[in-house]
Amino acid sequence: MTALPVPAIGAGALDADGGESARFLGWVAVCLAITLVITCGSLVVGTSSIRTSLHWLLSPDAQSSVILWQIRFPRTVGAWFAGALLGMAGAVAQGVFRNPLAEPYLLGTASGAALGVTISLMAADASMSGLAWAGQIGVTGAACVGACVAIALTITLSRGMLQTAGLLLAGIVVAFLLSAVTSLLLLTQPETWRAMQAFLLGSTGFLSWSSVILLGVVFLLCIVPATLLSRGLDALTLGEDTAQSLGLSLPALRLALLGVLSLATAAVVGQVGIVGFVGLVAPHLVRQTLTVNHRQLLIAAPLCGGALLQAADLVSRWIVRPTELPVGAVTACVGGSYLIVLLWRRSRDG
Amino acid sequence: MSGICTAGAWRESVFSSGQPVGEHVMHRHERPVRAQHPLCRLAPRVPSTPTGCGMTVRRLRTVLAAVGVIPGIALSLALLSATTLAQTAGPVVLRDDLQREISLPRPPQRVISMLPSLTETVCELGACTRLVATDRYSDWPERVKKLPKTGGLDDAQIELIVSLRPDLVLLSRSQRITDRLQELGIVSFALNTQSYADIQRNIQIISELLGKPERASGLSQFIERAIRDIGAQAIARRHGAGPSVYFEVDQAPYAAGPNSFIGELLTRLGTRNIVTPELGPYPRLNPEYVVRHNPDVIFISSTEADRIATRPGWDQIRAVKERRLCSFSAKVGATLIRPGPRVAEGMSAMADCLARVAP
Repeated sequence: MTALPVPAIGAGALDADGGESARFLGWVAVCLAITLVITCGSLVVGTSSIRTSLHWLLSPDAQSSVILWQIRFPRTVGAWFAGALLGMAGAVAQGVFRNPLAEPYLLGTASGAALGVTISLMAADASMSGLAWAGQIGVTGAACVGACVAIALTITLSRGMLQTAGLLLAGIVVAFLLSAVTSLLLLTQPETWRAMQAFLLGSTGFLSWSSVILLGVVFLLCIVPATLLSRGLDALTLGEDTAQSLGLSLPALRLALLGVLSLATAAVVGQVGIVGFVGLVAPHLVRQTLTVNHRQLLIAAPLCGGALLQAADLVSRWIVRPTELPVGAVTACVGGSYLIVLLWRRSRDG
Repeated sequence: MSGICTAGAWRESVFSSGQPVGEHVMHRHERPVRAQHPLCRLAPRVPSTPTGCGMTVRRLRTVLAAVGVIPGIALSLALLSATTLAQTAGPVVLRDDLQREISLPRPPQRVISMLPSLTETVCELGACTRLVATDRYSDWPERVKKLPKTGGLDDAQIELIVSLRPDLVLLSRSQRITDRLQELGIVSFALNTQSYADIQRNIQIISELLGKPERASGLSQFIERAIRDIGAQAIARRHGAGPSVYFEVDQAPYAAGPNSFIGELLTRLGTRNIVTPELGPYPRLNPEYVVRHNPDVIFISSTEADRIATRPGWDQIRAVKERRLCSFSAKVGATLIRPGPRVAEGMSAMADCLARVAP
C-alpha cells in the first residue's frame, strides 16, 4: 500500500539533517523523563497519606502496598496508556482528515459511548429483561460497544470512505442522533443521569491492572500499523489526488487508519470515559515545538499525550485533596487554555 | 440537558444540589403525631416532652440518666449483647441485590456506608460507632458529619476506602465501584433503596449483617406504626375525598408519581396523585397536564413556589389561586428523598402542611 516512495514533506525533508533528528530525540527524552517524574510523583500523592520513607520501602505494611501497587501504580500507568492512545488517535485523525481540528471523537464515538453507558446503567438499575446483556458486560464494555456501533454507523452513513467531508458530516450526524436517543432514554429514567455524567467526565480512579493490560495490548495493536502506514499519511498531506497518483490505495489506507482510530478511541472511552482535548492538543504540541514527519509524529504524540494525561490525573487528585476532580475537566481546562494561547499567538504572528 | 441535571436531585445519592431549599416551613413542635419510640415504653413515667418521643431518644437517655436508670440499662444491654454474640457467632451469609452471596465471618466492626439512607439505618440500629467513613451526602445523625468522606457512588475514592480498612462497605447497585472493590478484596453489600418496602427490608438485612438482628423489629415496628398513625390521622381529620396533589421534584417539570417513594407516602396520606401510575415513578410532564388536572395542593421547592404563578396558565390552577402550596426546608426534604429510617419525619411534615392548606 505504501510501497511507492513518497516524496518527503515538511520536516521529512530534513530527516537527513542531524540537528533536527537530535532535537527529536531530545524531545522524546524530555517526554520520557517527565513521564518518569510524574509516575514517581503519583505514587506518593493520593487521598490517603501513607508513609513513604526508606524504612517503609524496605518493609512495607500490607495495606500501604495494596494502595501503592493495586491502586496508584495501575492508575498512573493506565493514565499513560490512555493518554498515549488518545495522542496517537489524534495524530491519525488529523492526518486522515487533513484537518488540524480533527480529534479522536470525531466519528461519533463519544455519543455512542454515552448511549452505551446509559443503556447499561438503566439495565442494571431497572429490571429490563431485554437489556440484560447490557448490564452483563458492565459500564466499560457497554461504552466500548457503543463507540464501535457509532463508528460503524458513521462509516455506513458516509457510504464507505470516499469523501473526507462526507465522513466528517456523517460523524456529526451520528453524534447528534445518538445524543438524542440518550436524552430520550434519560427522560424515562432521569436518576441514571448522574452516574452517566460521572462516567462521561472521565475518571482514572477505577483503573486496575486488568484495564492497564487491556490498554497496553490495544496500544501495541494500534501503534504498529499506524507507524507502518505513516508514509501514507505523509502522502495524504499533499492532497488526495496527488496521493492517489502516487499509487496509494486511498480506501484501503483510510480503512486501516480508521480501524486504528476506532480501536484506540473505543478502548480509551471504555476504560476512562471521555477525556477531551488530549487527542487534539498532543499532536499540536509536538508540531509546535518540532517539525516532524508522520512517523515521528506518531511516536512523539503518544509520548506527549501519555505525559499530559498522567499530569492531569496527578493534578485532579492533588489539587482538591482529599476529594478529586474529574480528570476530563482538568484536561479540558488545560487543553482549552492551550488552544486559546495557540490561536492568540497565530493571530499575533499574522 | 440542564433540566435533567437538576432532575437527578431526588435520587438520594445526588443530594447536593437542586434540593428544595428555603425557609423552614415545618417545625418539629408542630408535629401532631407523637410517634412512640420503643424506648418510650421503657419509661412510661418520664414526662413526655413537647417534641414527642420519636425524636427525643437522646434527650430521653439524659433524663433516664438523671433518674439513675442508666446502670440498670447498661447491665441489661450487656446481658443482651452477650446473648446476641452467642447467637451470631457463626458466619452470616446473605444474598445482596446484585445477586452475590456475601459471607461475613464475624460482625463487621469497620463499616463504610456509601448512601445517606444506609448510613442512617446503621446509626438507628445503634451501630453508628462502627462507621469509619460515609459518602459525601450523609449528614445525619450529626456525628457522621465528622467522619471521612469517600465521595459519591459514581465517583468513589477507592484509595481512601482501602486505606480505611473497612470490613464491610454498604452501597446501592453500582457496578463500577463494586467490581473494583471486589478486585481489591473488600467486602461490599449492595442494597436497593428506592421504595418504602426497601426501608423495612434494608433494616432487617443490615441488622443481620451487623450481628444485631434483635434491633431490627423494634425499629421496623416503630417506623411502620408512625407511618400508619400519621396516615390514619391525616385521613381521619379529613371529611370527604382526599385532595388531589401534584408533587414537583424538579421544574422541568418532573413529578413524583404514585410508584415513587414520595408517591407511596402521599397515597398513605389519603391524597389523590394527579399523575397516573403508568407514567412511571418520576415522569417529565407537559405543564399543560398539571393545569388540566387542576390539583388542590402542590408540593414544590420554595424558590419555585414564589414564581409558580408566572408560569403560563398556572395562575388558573386551584392550588396556585388559593395559595395551597407546600415547601420544605432542605433538612425535611432530605427525609423525603432518602428512603431511610427517618421516613416518618418527612411524612409528618407533608401531613402537617396538608392539614394547614388542603381544602
